[in-house]
Amino acid sequence: MRALVAAGALAAAIVLLSVPLPAQGRGGAAPASARATAPIDLTGYWVAVVNEDWRYRMVTPPKGDYRGVPITKEALKIVNAWDPAADEAAGEQCKSYGAAAVMRLPARLHITWQDDDTLKVDIDTGTQTRLFRFAAGGSTGSSSGKPTWQGDSTAQWERAGGRGGPVTGGSLTVTTRNMRAGHLRRNGVPYSANASLTEYFDTSSAPSGDLLVVTTVVDDPRYLSQPFIVSSHFKKEADGSRWDPTPCPAR
Amino acid sequence: MGSHAMPGPMTSFRCVIVGAAIVLASALPAFAQFEMVGSWAARNTEDISRDSYPVDYVGLPLNDEGRTRALAYNESQLAMIERQCEGWPQFYYVQGPFGLRIWSDTDPIKGTTISYTIGAWEDRAAMTIWMDGRPHPSKYAEHTRSGFTTGAWEGNTLVARTTHMKAGFLRKNGPPSSDQATMTSRFYRHGDILTVLVVIDDPIYLAEPHIISKSFQLSVAPISPIGPPCISTFEGRPPGESVPHFAPEKNPFVDELTKMFGLPRDAVLGRPETLYPEYRKTIQGKYVPPPPCTRNCGAPPVR
Repeated sequence: MRALVAAGALAAAIVLLSVPLPAQGRGGAAPASARATAPIDLTGYWVAVVNEDWRYRMVTPPKGDYRGVPITKEALKIVNAWDPAADEAAGEQCKSYGAAAVMRLPARLHITWQDDDTLKVDIDTGTQTRLFRFAAGGSTGSSSGKPTWQGDSTAQWERAGGRGGPVTGGSLTVTTRNMRAGHLRRNGVPYSANASLTEYFDTSSAPSGDLLVVTTVVDDPRYLSQPFIVSSHFKKEADGSRWDPTPCPAR
Repeated sequence: MGSHAMPGPMTSFRCVIVGAAIVLASALPAFAQFEMVGSWAARNTEDISRDSYPVDYVGLPLNDEGRTRALAYNESQLAMIERQCEGWPQFYYVQGPFGLRIWSDTDPIKGTTISYTIGAWEDRAAMTIWMDGRPHPSKYAEHTRSGFTTGAWEGNTLVARTTHMKAGFLRKNGPPSSDQATMTSRFYRHGDILTVLVVIDDPIYLAEPHIISKSFQLSVAPISPIGPPCISTFEGRPPGESVPHFAPEKNPFVDELTKMFGLPRDAVLGRPETLYPEYRKTIQGKYVPPPPCTRNCGAPPVR
């Protein structure tokens, strides 16, 4: 009986040891930075390959076309009232370049470390910049006040491996709040200022080159009846020779 | 009692410990792995244009031979009794509108995963991903609708490679795939989201690899592991008739998307340069947005 109890305790210990432990701040040491503990390297130039939804991404689709987006009746009114000239006149021409839509644009990304705990993503189409801040302990952070097109993004590494062994890869999770209301598509399909965004960044090495896939989940209690989920893929480029910042036209 | 005595408490204790350790070590997946098994619903919020028009190759990197073959395709081929149940190649699992039912086969002794299977649809064969380290067959082995797929975990990603597929189509409207095409699938899981990144290589019909990424959502409602049976029937083309086709340069639908949506012909015909951001500069000032959408503009809002 004692043997069984001891074995049970050992099994429990093994299971407990198998639970992943945070990579930062263990043993009272200063937490390692997000850059130092990155399980994958996202830095560099990436180009979107538009194999999917071409006519919704490469060109502005017809007014009133919202196929694939689970909008609400309230949103439909906005879809049918879309007026790009009015957006331009109001200085709102970047509505389709906000965080909830920008990774789906035909664009190049330039990802760099702004500092040890902030990943910076520049997007040439629309000349936008996103900042992914790594918060200690996985905190969701707090909004910085006034909403912006790119909102406030909190980042967290998800690590593969562990159990005392080496980290064997991983991914990046980014949550974004405090966005200005914008458009999911360039023809005025809306998301509201209450929308929240969750993104997952995964990489892979392929014989034809490194790939990045960004899975985007937009939740919007006002304009979406269910989460809007898309995954967009990018190829890594050797350098920034094709980097081409452009303004964000409303049409 | 000598050496044949009943085992003492310490011997029994060691046996239990060793046994427990073996069970734990073999039955638990490595930490990096995730649970693939389940029903994964397609939300159909992406790549929704797909195959609705006879000549719609936008987003495909076809080479000249692939484009010519595609333009020769006539969808009336599907009325031929011998082609009705031919089914689509494995690429269709990330292109079709349906969800995935995935199950595993487990080694009864070691507890390891021998294979994962992605269930079939009516018009796509099941795909078994062999996880037990077996090699791919000889290049001379039979090619099938299922193809042959092996998989391995790379960190927190399941990477599966499919070979030995029969020649078929990249989309249902005729862009071809050859029997030399291969497919690499990468599965990433984040909570209840399963994202699949697929890279299709085809030295015969593609100018560069064709990439598809699609996300599925874990479903409480079970998704069928099989489709309904496909039953051939007479659809107006008697057996033995010639195969419906077009002379590629005379395909009557070649300008349909350009007229309907103002899309440039190079994009409609799947030229690889149209996949990249800089292509927008070449159409700047030429693209005329079509008139507002009046029908089939999207699913009616539910609230």
